[in-house]
Amino acid sequence: MPAPSRELPWFPGAILAALVLTAVFAPYLAPQSPTEGDITQKLIPPVWMERGEGRHPLGTDRFGRDVLSRVIYGSRISLVVSLLAIGLSGTFGTALGLISGYRGGFTDSLLMRFTDIGLSLPTILIAVVLVAVSEPSFRNVVLVISLLLWPRFARQIRGETLGIKEQDFVALAVVAGRSSTWIISRHIFPNVVPTLLVISTLQVGYVILLEGTLSFLGVGVPPPNPAWGLMIADGRGFLATAWWITLFPGVAMLLTVLAVNLMGDWLRDHLDPKLRQLGSRAETEPAAIEPVPEARPRGAAAGADGG
Amino acid sequence: MAAAPLLVVEDLKTHFFTRRGVTKAVDGVSFTLHAGETLALVGESGSGKSVTCLSLVRLVPEPAGRIVGGRVLLEGEDLLTKSPGEMRRVRGKKIAMVLQDPMTSLNPALTIGTQVSEVVRLHQGLRGGALRERVLSALRRLRISAADTRLGQYPHQFSGGMRQRVSSAIGLSCEPRLLIADEPTTSLDVTIQAQYLELLKEVQAAAGVAIILVTHDFGIVAAIADRVAVMYAGRIVEMGTTLEVFNNPSHPYTRALLRCLPDVGLGRQQLVEIGGQPPDLSRLPAGCPFAPRCPERQSICEEQSPPTVSVGDGHLAECWATKAVGSQQ
Repeated sequence: MPAPSRELPWFPGAILAALVLTAVFAPYLAPQSPTEGDITQKLIPPVWMERGEGRHPLGTDRFGRDVLSRVIYGSRISLVVSLLAIGLSGTFGTALGLISGYRGGFTDSLLMRFTDIGLSLPTILIAVVLVAVSEPSFRNVVLVISLLLWPRFARQIRGETLGIKEQDFVALAVVAGRSSTWIISRHIFPNVVPTLLVISTLQVGYVILLEGTLSFLGVGVPPPNPAWGLMIADGRGFLATAWWITLFPGVAMLLTVLAVNLMGDWLRDHLDPKLRQLGSRAETEPAAIEPVPEARPRGAAAGADGG
Repeated sequence: MAAAPLLVVEDLKTHFFTRRGVTKAVDGVSFTLHAGETLALVGESGSGKSVTCLSLVRLVPEPAGRIVGGRVLLEGEDLLTKSPGEMRRVRGKKIAMVLQDPMTSLNPALTIGTQVSEVVRLHQGLRGGALRERVLSALRRLRISAADTRLGQYPHQFSGGMRQRVSSAIGLSCEPRLLIADEPTTSLDVTIQAQYLELLKEVQAAAGVAIILVTHDFGIVAAIADRVAVMYAGRIVEMGTTLEVFNNPSHPYTRALLRCLPDVGLGRQQLVEIGGQPPDLSRLPAGCPFAPRCPERQSICEEQSPPTVSVGDGHLAECWATKAVGSQQ
């Protein structure tokens, strides 16, 4: 494998930059309201087709809402849900992983059993049950995704901590009279930051897909919010006649997840080559030894297309 | 020396409890150390040198390892009966450590300045300019050149020898009474070793700190130690001033170790080794642990533990074959 480039990869970088800018400036970019449509303008195809109208470049849905505007506003939901869910679960999982790894012994066993339970939950099922029980709302989506995500952080960070705490500088900090809290936060935490960054980035794609799936199943962000998953679900009934309702949010989701995963891979290669097994490229890694003719598509990306 | 000793270790026992039984890593070690003095602990791998050091600061890896007996008196206070909180105040303020591998003894994610100032701030409560001055002087004392630009750098920007000096600077910055140096020169090349040891001696003379130096290397012992303790199977088998031990090695093990040193003057020669293996510390034989490998073995050696014999002023050996000399005078 050639040495990975040190420069920021332009393709995922550009997509992510565009995504963030779109989300921030959504009100200025969107030509129409994302939630209010004119029922008389329903199911208008994209502008380049027959019957297409310049007012609705990507057409309208069955309530006459502008698809382009909805896709633009949808980026906000995906981004905010990812940031909140990853912030929340990352903080909790990292704290738990650090404590578990540093303390060891009984504390470690107990916390890791919780983590194992967390990891063995059937994701979608639990998400559906939880959100169904507790009213679909933006807040609940974030909480549910966080609940499913924190064990990934906890386990990886614990593993890192186990290695770091055996290093001499930790022993010397103890000899210097430092408390455990101080050692964990000042000496161990800075050393897991690269790992944390890599896991967080690689989880963004997963969170966006999960949010999309939940919204698609009707247990995510409640309508009429312009969540991409919700739009895909809305358009499902019109696939044969009004495919644009489904296609454009699907493409947006696909590009976002692809860009985030590429970025995560790149970050991982640069920050910590030890973490190769963590990311989306892991599945193709053995090919370096034993070339396999057809490359296996990523399970997650395939899921996006299916939605 | 008339003054009360800085450190008194009495019958220290540290055992490891494993599924295979009890490993007696340190089994009845006693020594004293005065301020400004250097004691070298020498011996083969696994003879209990490092575990002795870890026991002094109560860092024996738990839960397998436990200090099961003895006393460690630092300035008259028993460290083994202190609460964890009290122990934290002793560490760093009175005892500092330098470890073998300078690659891992500094935190790769923090700058040198941060790491040195943390220790100084903790123990001396300095802030701002005074803190910075103190940190710079600590680094300059160990001859870190351009200390003020070095403050903002990370450990990977330093060479091995410099890192070892930085890590010593951290240890010495709060003026400990006792410095435990566990093979501090093992990973340095020979010229850097000599420089480092010179520096250590200089700092010691200036600050009056006592040093416990763990090493395999008799060259280093000769260069820096006032006294030597030779360890075998968790016990000190011979202890005395460096001169005494080199001139009049009184335990067969010490003699064997000294014979192993290649002699530069003799040209090509067969390297001498000590036959056999160090004993399994979880299944020590009765009698003297060195007996199976000892060229001067007698029948009593395999039956009873040897007595401690005085062979000179403060020169002790633990052996049946050694004759007591001048213990009355």
